[in-house]
Amino acid sequence: MNPLHYELSHLETLEAEAIHIFREVAAEFERPVLLFSGGKDSLVLLRLAEKAFRPGRFPFPIMHVDTGHNFPEVLEFRDRLIAELGERLIVASVQESIDRGRVVEETGPRASRNRLQIVTLLDAIAEHGFDAAFGGARRDEERARAKERVFSFRDDFGQWEPKRQRPEIWSLYNGRIRKGEHVRVFPLSNWTELDVWQYIAQERLEVPSIYYAHTRQVFERDGMLYALSPHVQLIEGEEPFEASVRYRTVGDMTCTGAVRSLATTLPEVVSEIAATRVTERGETRADDRVTEAAMEDRKREGYF
Amino acid sequence: MTPGAATNGHALRTRTSELLRFATAGSVDDGKSTLIGRLLHDSKAILEDQLEHVIRTSERRGDGYVNLALLTDGLRAEREQGITIDVAYRYFQTPRRKFVIADTPGHEQYTRNMVTGASTADVSIILVDARKGVIEQTRRHAYIASLLRIPHLVVCVNKMDLVEYDEAVFEQIVEELTDWTARLDISDISFIPISALHGDNVVERSLQMAWYDGPPLLYHLEHVVIAPDRNLTDIRFPVQWVIRPNSEEHHDYRGYAGQVAGGVLHPGDEVMVLPSGQRTRVSAIDTFKGSVDSAFPDMSVTVRVEDELDISRGDMLVEPDDPPAAARELEAMVCWMGSDPLRPGARLVIKHTTRTTRARLEDLDYRVDVNTLEHLPADELALNEIGRVRIRTGSPLIVDPYARNRTTGSFILIDEATNDTVAAGMVLAAR
Repeated sequence: MNPLHYELSHLETLEAEAIHIFREVAAEFERPVLLFSGGKDSLVLLRLAEKAFRPGRFPFPIMHVDTGHNFPEVLEFRDRLIAELGERLIVASVQESIDRGRVVEETGPRASRNRLQIVTLLDAIAEHGFDAAFGGARRDEERARAKERVFSFRDDFGQWEPKRQRPEIWSLYNGRIRKGEHVRVFPLSNWTELDVWQYIAQERLEVPSIYYAHTRQVFERDGMLYALSPHVQLIEGEEPFEASVRYRTVGDMTCTGAVRSLATTLPEVVSEIAATRVTERGETRADDRVTEAAMEDRKREGYF
Repeated sequence: MTPGAATNGHALRTRTSELLRFATAGSVDDGKSTLIGRLLHDSKAILEDQLEHVIRTSERRGDGYVNLALLTDGLRAEREQGITIDVAYRYFQTPRRKFVIADTPGHEQYTRNMVTGASTADVSIILVDARKGVIEQTRRHAYIASLLRIPHLVVCVNKMDLVEYDEAVFEQIVEELTDWTARLDISDISFIPISALHGDNVVERSLQMAWYDGPPLLYHLEHVVIAPDRNLTDIRFPVQWVIRPNSEEHHDYRGYAGQVAGGVLHPGDEVMVLPSGQRTRVSAIDTFKGSVDSAFPDMSVTVRVEDELDISRGDMLVEPDDPPAAARELEAMVCWMGSDPLRPGARLVIKHTTRTTRARLEDLDYRVDVNTLEHLPADELALNEIGRVRIRTGSPLIVDPYARNRTTGSFILIDEATNDTVAAGMVLAAR
């Protein structure tokens, strides 16, 4: 910031906007929750929540939807981070939803729990009576998300209806809902992948180790590199091999691909992102490749 | 979209540029989507998988060319029907600035969408088809931009390739629009002759129009000075949230959290708390990283004051010498966005800065014909109509005229039955 000219950098402007959103939600909703995946975007959310509410505590708990197929590095990181923050963590488990018969596990080599998460998430929102849920989604990620509001209104089935969104004018957010409805709130709406990494560098945030280049047993499928893991069955002809890779997004081991990389430090990762020619979801997310409107369809059902 | 590619592979410095928000509005055939596609493409903000998708879809639809408009159409219905629903946001970055584009379609819901997209914009881009010249829609754009007080207006005269890059065509449009905008309240207007399809004067200077000595559009967007557009004179700090940790370590801490809406706050400054009218001094301005010497728009900070006062959400810390009105009667321009018309006597909820209260529409003075600027007598405001109203509120709001402060002069109206946001309002006067 330049104190002589009273100008903010673009990161400072984005940060101030996100803090404003956090405080509006805390003030206007009764039971907010922060959805945490362990990915870079949710780490930025946690830092912004600290900026909005410290030296006070967060006026909401943190919730992780655990698919049971998470990267072990991410779970270890999650527990350590939340303990350091001294905030409350709720874990909603997809395995429990399966055990209770709420959802049926997909089968076959391409089975994924990505879609099952929707039920676990909506059940947890209903069970705890949450009326607002912060998420780390960004509009630059995907075409359907480019059309979504900061306050994304969900009906009592958790559904998103793109044609019935409330206009968002100035920074006057309308958070009025009926009982049973809730709002997904996206403080990072106007951030890009590069903004997120620049902010991580600026704030010196620790991120899970899988975001940096490491050696891993992988195999190739549909032009993407997947980690060899007990959760994924190989298809005939798929041969595991060792490669130096890192992840651009953190989802399930079953649907998140790695990219070849030698970037082992934050500046190297930022350089790589700045030079990339492919979007993060296009390069590394099988869940978005199902159909042209895969994200839109899942969002309508209640996805993050 | 990953904007970093705009740097041609060079890592950006971590502390970069300012953020500039601009709004575009227009109809399907005036080349707006092509212009945005061109800006994203030529600034290298479109990545390979996105471009591949556009090429594939263009082929399938039989467009016969790479239809850059497809980049901005996100939803299934839009791609299937070739229409654009609602406001879409796009991002790109150059080493100088990060850009947020609010892209609004020009068909039905036009006014509602444009008001939404333009409400936070620093710059509004109006497209004029060089063959058609100034049309009704052009005038409507200019009027809404001036109503929302977007500080900078850029008129892109597009499709210059189809009029043989003729300077006379451009000059005639400049003259006609300059006359029209003289009737509006617009402080800065620029005209740029372009061809979005061929890229003339979008990112690169056109070789076809040597007679034009101004900058290309991107250069203009990178250099237009926006910092002074904020009100740095009158302190306005709406309290959003009170931070009271009640912990051992911060036993007596009581901080007022909010985003600065006007003026520059310093520790030691005398401030007045509205609506109570009590005076106190700023004792500290806190951020997560520690205390700071000043806070200015649009910083989000936490302010502590010297005296123990009863201050809560909805109150405002202001300049004591020139305070805003704590008013229950507002005269305002509103853009109606509800599907049922607005009529005098309507009961609504009003949200203004961090205060929400009840409101009643006392009177509808007139409706504006957005094409002619005429004031017409009216019994109601229908969807997408703009008019001047008088509103009475259930509790006092701390307001400035919108012309003085875009944050403390703006409000939304909410329908209590449906919870929908049904109007955007701009305060003219208050008492």
